[in-house]
Amino acid sequence: LVLALAVSLVLALTPANSEDIRCKCICPPYKEIEGQIYNQNVSLKDCNCLHVVEPMPVEGKDVEAYCLRCECKYEERSSGTIKGTIIIYLSVLGLLLLYMVYLTLLEPILKRRLFGHSQLIQNDDDVGDQQPFANAHDVLSRSRSRPNVLNKVEHAQQRWRRQVQEQRKSVFDRHVVLS
Amino acid sequence: MKEIKKCFITLLYTRKAQAVKQWMENEGFSKEGSSSSDDELVDLTGTAQDLIDDVPYLDHGSTANHSNGSWAGNAGLLDLLEEGVPGVGTYDDFNTIDWVREKSKDRDRHREISRKKKQSVLALLFSLSDAFSGWLLMLLIGLMSGALAGGIDIAAHWLTDLKEGVCLNGFWFNHENCCWDSKETTFQERDKCPQWKSWAELMVGVTEGASAYVVNYLMYVSWALLFSFLAVILVRAFAPYACGSGIPEIKTILSGFIIRGYLGKWTLVIKTITLVLAVSSGLSLGKEGPLVHVACCCANILCHLFTKYRKNEAKRREVLSAASAVGVSVAFGAPIGGVLFSLEEVSYYFPLKTLWRSFFAALVAAFTLRSINPFGNSRLVLFYVEFHTPWHFLELFPFVLLGIFGGLWGALFIRANIAWCRRRKTSRLGHYPVLEVLVVALATALLAFPNEYTRMSGSELISELFNDCSLLDSSKLCDYLPLSKVGDKGANFSQSSNGLADRPAGPGVYAAIWQLALALVFKMFITVVTFGMKVPSGLFIPSMAVGAIAGRLLGIGMEQLAYYHHDWPMFKSWCSPGADCITPGLYAMLGAAACLGGVTRMTVSLVVIMFELTGGLEYIVPLMAATMTSKWVADALGREGIYEAHIRLNGYPFLETKEEFEHKTLAMDVMRPRRSDPPLSVLTQDGMTVEEVEAMISDTSYSGFPVVVSNESQRLVGFVLRRDLVISIDNARRCQEGIVGASHILFTDHSPSQPLGGPPPLNLRSILDLSPLAVTDHTPMEITVDIFRKLGLRQCLVTQNGRLLGIITKKDILKHMAQMANRDPDSILFN
Repeated sequence: LVLALAVSLVLALTPANSEDIRCKCICPPYKEIEGQIYNQNVSLKDCNCLHVVEPMPVEGKDVEAYCLRCECKYEERSSGTIKGTIIIYLSVLGLLLLYMVYLTLLEPILKRRLFGHSQLIQNDDDVGDQQPFANAHDVLSRSRSRPNVLNKVEHAQQRWRRQVQEQRKSVFDRHVVLS
Repeated sequence: MKEIKKCFITLLYTRKAQAVKQWMENEGFSKEGSSSSDDELVDLTGTAQDLIDDVPYLDHGSTANHSNGSWAGNAGLLDLLEEGVPGVGTYDDFNTIDWVREKSKDRDRHREISRKKKQSVLALLFSLSDAFSGWLLMLLIGLMSGALAGGIDIAAHWLTDLKEGVCLNGFWFNHENCCWDSKETTFQERDKCPQWKSWAELMVGVTEGASAYVVNYLMYVSWALLFSFLAVILVRAFAPYACGSGIPEIKTILSGFIIRGYLGKWTLVIKTITLVLAVSSGLSLGKEGPLVHVACCCANILCHLFTKYRKNEAKRREVLSAASAVGVSVAFGAPIGGVLFSLEEVSYYFPLKTLWRSFFAALVAAFTLRSINPFGNSRLVLFYVEFHTPWHFLELFPFVLLGIFGGLWGALFIRANIAWCRRRKTSRLGHYPVLEVLVVALATALLAFPNEYTRMSGSELISELFNDCSLLDSSKLCDYLPLSKVGDKGANFSQSSNGLADRPAGPGVYAAIWQLALALVFKMFITVVTFGMKVPSGLFIPSMAVGAIAGRLLGIGMEQLAYYHHDWPMFKSWCSPGADCITPGLYAMLGAAACLGGVTRMTVSLVVIMFELTGGLEYIVPLMAATMTSKWVADALGREGIYEAHIRLNGYPFLETKEEFEHKTLAMDVMRPRRSDPPLSVLTQDGMTVEEVEAMISDTSYSGFPVVVSNESQRLVGFVLRRDLVISIDNARRCQEGIVGASHILFTDHSPSQPLGGPPPLNLRSILDLSPLAVTDHTPMEITVDIFRKLGLRQCLVTQNGRLLGIITKKDILKHMAQMANRDPDSILFN
């Protein structure tokens, strides 16, 4: 949802760039003249052979025959959207990589320094499938002693990590789902 | 303190709910203003289940407050009716939902709203908003999916080109956009411009030569490895469910299975990010299947905003069906094809209401995608073809040939891929997923770079192959020799159509033929290994690429045959020299359709997608011929498409709707308990204590128990689910006073006379399903299987002479079908 909002924000903010339109004319080889591609940023009404093909390689009567073979197309793009999307994508990717590095390398080190949470960590590895309610009861009752925001975040994160671990076990280790 | 408060609220709800139920029964509550006209159709979709990430039993917070329409007085009662105890009515992970129950819950809810709407303006507005919420949800899904798909397209194009070079104008431009307004492009080399520097230019300073080639090669391979490495470690670290295609699992979910977390937020984010990385790393995969998964994730997440869809599993599945249509619509820019794809391939129940909703959502998504304009040409069509040359009916023979090739390749691909996936599942290959991805990416990059047709991405390859050669093209494939008559160089050009007369192939075309043949062999083998890896992978584009290459080769062959042997009887009638009769681009299109049809066994949706992709409406008949042939050939070699084969490989409990049950077994052959099994575990309606019930629950692992009048008579009262029983007993022990091990459990309306001094009884009638479906023991299995399919049942009781005899579950049926087909019945894993 946040991503969609960000994208729509970017879309709304990009000014209409005049460089983002073009008329592209492709002219095939004609008699002795080689094929050429002509490119100009003109608007839709001027997008035809006579306005775009400059300098005209043929004279007089041949111009019409030459122009008949040329194909002119009007195209537009939004460079702002492209820029915005790429930057959002790279930042999300960077954030995810940083978070992954943090989770795998830094967090155990930090946790070891602050002893108090060692009980919750131990619950991580022994999640059994058989008694989901019992385990959750324990975790809940323990965390009830300190009801504050940090604890809630911690609790949510622990729960998420447990889920990911379960998923990883079913997909990667036991090959039960999504083989 | 908090516990007491929770118990109090629960008690209040239970008491109120019971009171209201009593009142409703007393009033002779009639079906006022029956369900909306939408529901009158073959609407067998039950309810939609919450695929929320957190464990629902603990989630007390969400039951007490309603997000949408929290009208404290009236509508609050509605929710009270559904949840006496929070947690009742939800399902465990990896279980099947009960469509009948969910559907009736939704009917009750709707009836309640319609009844109330006459009472006050507020209630009327609420009922209007309830009816409107479905359409609003579709709008949001379309917007979000369209936006995400546009972002994925732009990012994928950019990252793919990053392997080859970088743009100096702005690093965010890909190759085509970098040279967009450059005036230095020439006719022969359309993508050279000074702002785009390849890696060799940047690092070594040369553009041509051996050292430049080597540097480019190395950079290409290293970028490919980096991208695939990032993709697989992100999948592994954050969302293991984001790997694979997603369509087999979505098919199973839509048939009633629950996989918690499969359509969650993290899966969405990771799938989006890693899809771009996987596609850009040059691996032979596409993004259509994963885009369907992304769209369904968006739908699931947005469902949480609306109570109607959050709490009801079957309703949610209606929305997910529509979302899969949106997925294909944004992948190809083919909205109608997407709706048909959802109907034909993905959905289990597809009432007309879902059809209209999918149509609307696909429309919104296509519109959003177009306004983002990722392709830069304001066109939605991915592979636009501009030729309109008619085809001759004699060409049907090579078209059918292409269909046969497609069918053969499809069947072989499915066999090979399933064998490879099975090996990955069972042997040591499966222990090294990261290494496997890296090795495959390395092999693909090493082998793909030298051949220019494999170096380009799948979609670029397909558009080049679909393109018919005209005067304006200068690619290798269009390097034909001019017609030998020197004198009439002007007269022979057929200016009316864009096409040119059939001409002999030049050296460029012969070189291209060799390269294409090598590319074909390469792609055929590498796709087998790539599909199913632990990165998001789709299969549409690689299959279409294989087919397009084969088709183009055949087309060029036919064209040259027609040119050099124009005096053969079959060509004489229609193909005189100087006429443009054979269009190789058309053959490529048909080959692509045939191969894709052979692999997935789609027919109608494939034809519609193809002509929406290409805009070639004249070619519907050849498309249909090729697709039909390919399906026949592929079905002759193997019954299942790729998605059904993967479902069977994973052992999901998916009851196939397309096959008929053809054996003459009876219900009593399939039911449990069998002769050698212990007798059926039943509960009696008033004879058991809490302790006995708990013992039965812990001794067995059945997910439900029938309730009978007494052990002697075995007359059926109802059916109760294990999860509901556990939650209710747990809740009662904590909250209700006096419930101990010796308390009786009652499933009756009235309590029988209690001995004085005994503990108070626990009445669990509210969780009892009073209308379980039952068949007699002599019901043929065909009818039973039909009942299961059509009603979406999870279990069915078997009676004999009015007495309860046994039970048939969906898993039993699947095992029975596997046994009948001489497959291993133990491969059905879930229940």
